[in-house]
Amino acid sequence: MKTVFKIGLVLAFVLAGVSAQAAETINGAGASFPYPVYSAWAYNYHKATGIQLNYQSIGSGGGIRQITNRTVEFGASDAPQTPEFLKKNNLLQFPAVMGGVVLVVNIKGVKAGQMHLDADAVCKIYLGEITYWDDAKIKSMNPKLTLPHKMITVVHRSDGSGTTAIFTTYLSQACSAWNDKVGHGTSVKWPLGIGGKGNEGVANYVRRSGNSIGYVEFAYAKQNKLAYTLLKNPAGRFVAPNFKTFEDAAATGDFEPGKDFYLWLVNAKGENAWPIAGATFILLAKEKKEADMKTVKFYDWAFKHGDKKAKELVYIPLPESLKNKIRAYWKAHGIY
Amino acid sequence: MTHETKRKIEGFVALFLSTLAAFMGLFWLIFILGDVLINGMGALHLNFFLNDPTPAGVSGGGLRNAFVGQLMITAFATLIGVPIGVLGGTFLAEYARGKKLSQIISILADIMVSVPSIIVGTFIYALMIKPFGHFSGWAGAAALAIIMIPVVLRTTEDMLSLVPWTLREAAFALGAPYYKVIIQVVYRGAATGIFTGVLLSIARVAGETAPLLFTSFNNNFFSMNMNGPMPSLTVSIFQYAMGPYDDWHAQAWAASLVITLFILFITIGGRLLLKWRYKR
Amino acid sequence: MREWAGGSRTWPIDILTNMAPSTKKNPIDLLFAVLTAVSSFSIILLIAGILIVLVFESSLAIHKFGVFNFIFTIDWDPVRKIFGAASALYGTMVTTVLSMLMAIPVAVGIAVFITEIAPSFLKGPIGVTIELLAAIPSIIYGMWGLFTLAPIMSNTIEPALQATLGKLPVFSILFKGTPMGIDLLTASVILSIMIVPFTASISRDAFNLTPEVVKESAYALGATKWEVVKNVVIPYSKLGVFGGVVLSMGRAIGETMAVAFVLGNNHQITSSLLNAAATITVSLANEFTEADSDIYLSSLFYLALVLFVLSFITLFIAKLFLIRAERKYSR
Repeated sequence: MKTVFKIGLVLAFVLAGVSAQAAETINGAGASFPYPVYSAWAYNYHKATGIQLNYQSIGSGGGIRQITNRTVEFGASDAPQTPEFLKKNNLLQFPAVMGGVVLVVNIKGVKAGQMHLDADAVCKIYLGEITYWDDAKIKSMNPKLTLPHKMITVVHRSDGSGTTAIFTTYLSQACSAWNDKVGHGTSVKWPLGIGGKGNEGVANYVRRSGNSIGYVEFAYAKQNKLAYTLLKNPAGRFVAPNFKTFEDAAATGDFEPGKDFYLWLVNAKGENAWPIAGATFILLAKEKKEADMKTVKFYDWAFKHGDKKAKELVYIPLPESLKNKIRAYWKAHGIY
Repeated sequence: MTHETKRKIEGFVALFLSTLAAFMGLFWLIFILGDVLINGMGALHLNFFLNDPTPAGVSGGGLRNAFVGQLMITAFATLIGVPIGVLGGTFLAEYARGKKLSQIISILADIMVSVPSIIVGTFIYALMIKPFGHFSGWAGAAALAIIMIPVVLRTTEDMLSLVPWTLREAAFALGAPYYKVIIQVVYRGAATGIFTGVLLSIARVAGETAPLLFTSFNNNFFSMNMNGPMPSLTVSIFQYAMGPYDDWHAQAWAASLVITLFILFITIGGRLLLKWRYKR
Repeated sequence: MREWAGGSRTWPIDILTNMAPSTKKNPIDLLFAVLTAVSSFSIILLIAGILIVLVFESSLAIHKFGVFNFIFTIDWDPVRKIFGAASALYGTMVTTVLSMLMAIPVAVGIAVFITEIAPSFLKGPIGVTIELLAAIPSIIYGMWGLFTLAPIMSNTIEPALQATLGKLPVFSILFKGTPMGIDLLTASVILSIMIVPFTASISRDAFNLTPEVVKESAYALGATKWEVVKNVVIPYSKLGVFGGVVLSMGRAIGETMAVAFVLGNNHQITSSLLNAAATITVSLANEFTEADSDIYLSSLFYLALVLFVLSFITLFIAKLFLIRAERKYSR
């Protein structure tokens, strides 16, 4: 009995001692939108510097909540926060990278880039007004496709998501019916459908459910070989999601440091602009200068060395001019 | 049809259905375990245990960090929960034996055993995460400890009660104070039973996910720092299974296999131990 | 069973001092006694603590939505910041009731098999099987449910149900919609597989308590095996079996991981079993770290509070039954 007790005590001390030493870690959480690129950057950063950037993909809502509560060192959100919100919660904000949200479908025989949809059709599908794939509206845009007479399985997010915010802002701007009935935000009251957790969850559900449609950040569609659709942009053209169309949308963005870079990129003007583009943002606690400096150091490194990886995953790195504006913003707040 | 035949047929049908039910239970077990075995074996290779996770979509990653993290969290949960549980059970079976208070606590402990574990998670979040501003392995360990305490307490109480009273009287007769009687006589007598209770409580928390979701959170890197987010096998399974990558799915199966084998091993071992000890 | 030779009725000082006389004189003994007492009080502290913390954290939501209103509001709208527990409660109740409907007959059947039908060499192994099923962690059930059961449900079983029961007038509303496998039905099936071991082992214990004498008298009167089970064993062990059933209900209400994978987390009240829904536990698991407004988080804590009270009451009732069953038999 006594020996067991003694062993237990020694074990406790050893474990506690071991756990006290730690590699330098930065803890962040938030949007699943940039998770593929952040985790790739973090992996390379670790190889280069030994610092662990632990990023948990819990959805933008989670990122906002956790940084507001100061339970993480930085939060990530695709939904930009207004300067009023940032002031109220003593936060700083800057964009890190840009990307596009795409619609993906799982219909037998329909391959990536084949289906044509417009905002009106997407609205009606997500409102439950168009319920079958061979609906007249969809058929009229896709004369060459054989669409089955099957009910559409709608997939959306179950968690608080910036991707949802971008997607619903796009819908709200394009269809007044959506704006009235549902609205936009990181979490909305979906009229129907199943909820997946994170972009990962939506991609997973679309993969396993036939005749389904979902919205995900493009990297998830690409990595999981999902069939993305073309969308009609405000200029009236059907565009495919790719680096060029994302870049066109991103180019229209005028990010202002004075407004803490608050900007939505949806329904961007431009002949070839992708209609559901967005930047994804990093939120910092203003008063935690030391933690902020560590986070900023990482993103500075990513700005310098991460462009190639970002492009590989079809994210749009920020233009150099914007990166410098961001560096000036950091400097102005004493964390660079 | 005579009344007798009717009775016979009714009996036959009913008993047949019962037998069917029993074999259905067997069927589910074999089906589920078999599935875990088949799917898990495929992804079980040395790298799985030696590597840390790679970025999303990149193959070749492992769950070394999650194994170590799970071990640490469970170890600390045991160190916290078991002493409290054993001492608590001792109180109910010894000092408070027969009193109304001991009955009340015993009933409450039984209820606590089945309380939803996610509620324990929210409780610890409010108590240890929100005020301190960061996720931690300590919080995860605390949540698991809270789940373990009632289990250990009840089994200790039951096992100690099985020790015959005369044994205690003999020790008293020799002039021993009560605490000495408990530690040197009663504990010795119930040691196997208490140990089994501890084993079963470990088996119970080793597979818990919900209480860790918002306490120890998760960590993509190898970390032994209990003061920050800790990786754990169960939360990783949740994350990987819900994700779209095939590589993640394979790892989730492999991790499930390891956890299932571990828990089954402990459970069967514990039961065998009890049988061996108490058959004498 | 737990008789103390010479204890008085007043406590707590009594408990510590009216033990062996040595406790009064021996400081170490007193210390040890206090230590064990405090440890056992941890149970009371924990329960009270959880209740207090949950009430405190949900005070914002309680203040805004009240009690009655919250329970009956269907809306769960993070944008408009209106929250109600009705949709989550609905999901919790449907999955619980459905899973119990599927599990109880099977569990009782298993218990009957083990106690009455099985030859003694089989009693052990089948009993072990049940224990092993109970020991499998819920996340394994969840994973298996997502990867194996859901496809089977959506490809085979659910269409079959739609084609058969779905055509009958009353049942048709239960089976409307596309069979996706991620819905109330699949979640209930998994939950029922999880509950079977609990109910089966408690029922088996209850059946075993029937005195042999009573059974033998029935046999002597010419009863068949089934008649003995139906008319002697089951009535005798009613309380125990019922306690086991209610205990399983308490477990089912609080189950998270097994259901989280296959329920789809859609806050809606739907008549079709083939639709996604939400339970309190799944909502907590999915949304807790992500609630982006204070009222949202407070409403989630409110849900947790409702669940805690619900499961506590259920488990308490179960325990009452089990105690009465025990008392009846040890007379």
